[in-house]
Amino acid sequence: MSDELQELYQAAILDHSRHPRNCRVIEGGFKAEGYNPICGDRITVHVRLDADVIQDVSFDGSACAIAKASASLMTESVKGLTRADALSLLERFHRMITAPPYAPLEELGTLTVLAGVRRFPTRVKCATLPWHALRVAAEARSEGVSTE
Amino acid sequence: MFDVTTVRGDFPILRQRVHGKPLVYLDNAATTQKPQAVLDTLQRYYAADNSNVHRGVHVLSERATNAYEAARDTARRFLNASDPSEIVFVRGTTEGINLVAQTYGRARVSSGDEIVLSDMEHHSNIVPWQILAEEKGARVRAIPMSDTGELRLDEYERLLSIRTRIVAVTHVSNVLGTVNPVAEIARIAKARGIPVLIDGAQAVAHMPVDVRALGCDFYAFSGHKIFGPTGAGVLYGRRALLESMPAYQGGGGMIDQVTFERTTYAHPPNRFEAGTPNIAGAIGLAAALDYVTTIGLDCIASYERELLAHGTEALSQVPGLRLIGTARAKTAVLSFVLGGVHPHDIATILDRGGVAIRSGHHCCQPLMARLGIPATARASLAFYNTRDEIDALVGALRDVRKVFA
Repeated sequence: MSDELQELYQAAILDHSRHPRNCRVIEGGFKAEGYNPICGDRITVHVRLDADVIQDVSFDGSACAIAKASASLMTESVKGLTRADALSLLERFHRMITAPPYAPLEELGTLTVLAGVRRFPTRVKCATLPWHALRVAAEARSEGVSTE
Repeated sequence: MFDVTTVRGDFPILRQRVHGKPLVYLDNAATTQKPQAVLDTLQRYYAADNSNVHRGVHVLSERATNAYEAARDTARRFLNASDPSEIVFVRGTTEGINLVAQTYGRARVSSGDEIVLSDMEHHSNIVPWQILAEEKGARVRAIPMSDTGELRLDEYERLLSIRTRIVAVTHVSNVLGTVNPVAEIARIAKARGIPVLIDGAQAVAHMPVDVRALGCDFYAFSGHKIFGPTGAGVLYGRRALLESMPAYQGGGGMIDQVTFERTTYAHPPNRFEAGTPNIAGAIGLAAALDYVTTIGLDCIASYERELLAHGTEALSQVPGLRLIGTARAKTAVLSFVLGGVHPHDIATILDRGGVAIRSGHHCCQPLMARLGIPATARASLAFYNTRDEIDALVGALRDVRKVFA
C-alpha cells in the first residue's frame, strides 16, 4: 500500500471515523446540514452559542471516513472558541488541505492529521463538508449548505 | 472468435499506468473508452471534411452532409429501425428523454394524468417527467422492484390506468445491472394503447437491440457509453409518433418556412434538430457502432457473461462484501457494499491500486432509498476488461480491508 494512503488513513483518522467524538444532537441550539449532492453524504452540525462563544458543538449524519473524522476533530477543535476564531481556524484548515503536497505544514494541532488530504484533491470536499455546515450554524442561522 | 488481447489493442488509453500500476478501468457504466477507429474518424472528419450540413452547395458541405446522413442510417441499422427519419441525433440519453417529455409529453399529458416509471430509474429518466408533471398537474408513479432488483410486473399491470399517458423505463439498471423485460413491459402497455420509452443508455454496448422486436415507441441512448464521443446520442422514435409531435427547440434547420407571422416546421428528424448539430460527434458515433457491430454484440454479450460469472464468484469470496443487484438477467455491473467501509473510501484506495471504479448514489437516489443504503461501490465492465482485471480489483479490495481492519 502507498505511503500516501497510509498518511490519509492514519490511525487517528480511522479512530475518529469509527468512534466519532461529539456525535449527537444538541437540542435548542442552531444547526445546519452540509450536503454533497455528488455523493449524497450528509452531516448536520449543531452548535450552542453563548454570546459569541461556541459553548457546545456536535454533529450527526452519514458520510465517508474522511468527512466523519474531519467532523469529529472539528468539534474538538472549535469548542470554546469565539465565532471569529472558529472561522479563522476554518480558513487555515482549508488552506492546509488544499496546499501543494510539498509545501511546509502550518501547525493546526490535532487537525494536522488531516493534511494527507492534500494528496487527494477529489477528497477535499469530504474534509470541508462539516466545516461549511459549522460556518452556517455558527452564524446563528439554521439551514442547509451544499458543497456545490 | 473473440480475442480480448486483440480488442484491447484497439484502445490506446488502456496502455497506461496510474499511480505506478497498470490502469484497470472498471467504470464503463459512467463512460466507455474510445477505440482508435473512432479517434481516427474524428481526426479525419475535422482534417478533411469539416463543414456545416444541409446548408452549403460547396463540396465540403456535401461531404459533411453525406457523412452525417450516413451516420443516421448506421444508427437506424444498429437499432433495426424502419427508416432513417426515425433517428434523431441528440446530445445523449438525457436530451432524448427531455425531448420526448417536452414535445410528446407536453402535447399529450394534462392534469390528473399519470406517467409510469420504475424504482430503478436514473435521475435522467425521472426529473424530465417530474418537470412535466409539475407543469401539468400530472403524477409520476414507479413500478416497484424485488429485493434482488427485478421489476414486479404484476404490480406494473396494476399501476396502469386510463390516466397513464406514457411508460418510461430503463432497459438496464446502471446500479444493479438488471436487464428489464422491456419487450414484455412494452407489450402490456401497448395492449392498452400506452406509448413506451426505453432508456437504453446501459444496454446498447452490451447486447443487440432491435426496436421493432422490443415494440417500443421511443428508445434513447448515449454515444459515449458505446465507445463513441461525448455529446452525441440517438433518440429513436416511431415515425407516426414523431410526425405527430410539436417541435422541441426552435432555430435553424428545423423549419419549413419562416415569416414573422408564422413558421411551419420541417418533417422528422430535422424538426427536432435545431441549430448546427454535433456533426463530428454523430460521425464518430457511427464509427463506434460500426466497430461494435464488426466484433458482434452477441460475441460481446457472451464474453461479458463469462466476466460477470467470474466477477460475481470472485467478489463473493471477499469477506464482508455484499453484492447489490442479483437479478437473474444481468449485465456485467457489480455494485457492492463492504462491511462498514464507505464506498468513497473504497474508491480512493482502489484508485491508488490503479483500479477505477465509481462510488456514490450513481444518480439513482430513489433507488438508494429503496435499497436503504446511502451509496454503493460499483465496478462496471466492458468487453475489453479481463479476468485478470477482476482479480486485480479483488486484490485491491484486500488493501481496503487492511486499512479498515
